[in-house]
Amino acid sequence: MKIHEYQGKELLRKYGVATPRGIACFTVDEASAAARSLGGSVWVVKAQIHAGGRGKGGGVKVAKSLDEVRVQAGQILGMQLVTHQTGPAGQKVRRLLIEEGADVAKELYVGMVVDRQTQRVCLMASSEGGMDIEEVAAKHPEKIRKVFIDPAIGLADADAQVVARSIGVPKASVPDAARLLQALYRCFDATDASLAEINPLVVTGEGRVVALDAKLNFDDNGLYRHPEIVALRDLDEEDPLEIEASKHDLSYISLDGNIGCMVNGAGLAMATMDTIKLYGGEPANFLDVGGGASAEKVTAAFKIMLSNAKVKAILVNIFGGIMKCDTIATGIVAAAREVRLSVPLVVRMKGTNEDIGRKILKDSGLPIISADNMAEAGRKVVAAVKALALKKKPEPKPKPKPKAKAKLKPKPKAKLKPKVKRMAARAKGKKK
Amino acid sequence: MSILINRSSRVITQGITGNTGQFHTRTSREYANGRECFVAGVNPKRAGEDFEGIPIFGSVREAKQHTGAGVSVIYVPPAGAAAAIWEAVEADLDLVICITEGIPVRDMIAVRERMKKENRRTLLLGPNCPGVITPGELKIGIMPGHIHRQGRIGVVSRSGTLTYEAVAQLSDLGIGQSSAVGIGGDPVNGLKHIDVLKLFNDDPGTDAVVMIGEIGGSDEETAAYWVKEHMKKPVVGFIAGITAPPGKRMGHAGAIISGGKGTAQEKLAVMEACGIRVTRNPAEMGRTLKSVLR
Repeated sequence: MKIHEYQGKELLRKYGVATPRGIACFTVDEASAAARSLGGSVWVVKAQIHAGGRGKGGGVKVAKSLDEVRVQAGQILGMQLVTHQTGPAGQKVRRLLIEEGADVAKELYVGMVVDRQTQRVCLMASSEGGMDIEEVAAKHPEKIRKVFIDPAIGLADADAQVVARSIGVPKASVPDAARLLQALYRCFDATDASLAEINPLVVTGEGRVVALDAKLNFDDNGLYRHPEIVALRDLDEEDPLEIEASKHDLSYISLDGNIGCMVNGAGLAMATMDTIKLYGGEPANFLDVGGGASAEKVTAAFKIMLSNAKVKAILVNIFGGIMKCDTIATGIVAAAREVRLSVPLVVRMKGTNEDIGRKILKDSGLPIISADNMAEAGRKVVAAVKALALKKKPEPKPKPKPKAKAKLKPKPKAKLKPKVKRMAARAKGKKK
Repeated sequence: MSILINRSSRVITQGITGNTGQFHTRTSREYANGRECFVAGVNPKRAGEDFEGIPIFGSVREAKQHTGAGVSVIYVPPAGAAAAIWEAVEADLDLVICITEGIPVRDMIAVRERMKKENRRTLLLGPNCPGVITPGELKIGIMPGHIHRQGRIGVVSRSGTLTYEAVAQLSDLGIGQSSAVGIGGDPVNGLKHIDVLKLFNDDPGTDAVVMIGEIGGSDEETAAYWVKEHMKKPVVGFIAGITAPPGKRMGHAGAIISGGKGTAQEKLAVMEACGIRVTRNPAEMGRTLKSVLR
């Protein structure tokens, strides 16, 4: 789970990380009032979206008067901010952070992630603050200092000081910087974070060490013990279809293609997407229905896939292990009827009771295209999409008769309860 | 022959009183020699009771003392699963298989650190994995037993249903498996591809191995470099997620391309360079394996 910069800074401050004073705002008037109450003569107006690269996209501005704060807040609020992480459509800015200006003498980089190799939290620090750290890692790996933190001890004083010195913190500020690094680790550990990044971390003219930015991500599996962090979730920053899916305990991710796919198991779901691509199609989504795919769950999955207007065909690939193919087939038929399916549907089922399952699909009278293996399924669904595209031009009469023009409208964004519910559901176990 | 488990393994179920634990203990028990192999369950509050004839003990240590079991399988919910792993490690079992999905990474970091620091010999498989099966002998986990077939091919994979897919392709071609191992999709786990490949390499009952990976991390690359230097048997490979976009977690916590690292392309290239026969078509895993058999 991701949170906003201002929320991250609030959290970091609780653990003793110094940040500039700032106030989060939703309107121009609030921004102006915030700047006035902060005082001083320089402010920074920062767009709050979950994606990085905001500065380059025009989402971060320095204001030298209260009037400028108003003007810039007006420009940034409501804009579609495009960064390398948002995709071409950008993300609408709904929140701002107004901060006091900082007197920057030196810009540094600090980050923390879980390292899979050592199975420890890795502290990464660099003298190249403000830069894209991936670029630094590629061009000057020697400029990134790493420490793998022993979870039983935490970030030791000596390690923290060595890191601070090695990235060019002036001598007088080393103790301050070391304390900040230790505070950052305490926050990372205590909140079940999966990523923390301060870019830049700055040393001010007076020698103070301050976090000018804050990016924090959290391990979804750990959220059940942090309701205060779950409360920070901003649904405006998430894909409405992904939110809807999570309510049904489905794992869904929107992609750019036009073939919807529904699969059980994450690995098989990815492999199915790959198969579609291999035969010249493009997947419209990743969708793992998980273990117990009930009729309700399959119906929800169909509705979610179809509310993406780009979807021209659907591929269902189920490996029925403990979950039986006849149960799944019943679910598919019920779902196809309920949503009045109007796009070609290719189903590949394998495993327990696959013959009974296939018979159910066949006897349903629905125009379901059956496939024996993944390759055939991929080929058939891609062919179905191409046939539709060809048919469109000469005569607009698609072969699998659509019952009605019932294309589901995307559901209005539902306000939903925290993800904790999903965690609880998951805790109940799985049956694949 | 096989790796990790066989008909003489004796198994404890941790979490035998929950729905999931009971369901899968029952199906595992019905498979091949399961009836002799599943000898104990653990629940501190239900010690002295039994589950369909399987005695329940108060702790893993007690269960081991009374039954001589050397393997445990964990279905405990996420919040208590890391502690359950540690309990099995402390009882000095040979192998712990953790099926539980959704364990916080921080908990896994703590358990793994302690296992390494105290130099524990217990092997951990998982978490968030389907388990391991030695066809015709013993199944420990949630995989459908009937798709397997006794034979001489090893299978190792990070994902559940994709493993079943590979196994079914092999079985359909008449090719049986020595053991099929699911190592799980979490970023911090126990046995990795390289560890399982080492076991298959040393197993006289295994002729070749299917290695299935997915995006994220660099475990497949590490394993590939090892294969190049040490593996005496043919290895074929597939990596799921060629179409996965960067920065998106594809279901598994560990399946994410970040910082341009962990892409399927990169993994496949390294595997190929290390002499692993790869396929980019998941429907061809079985046939690819067949093509390397002499």
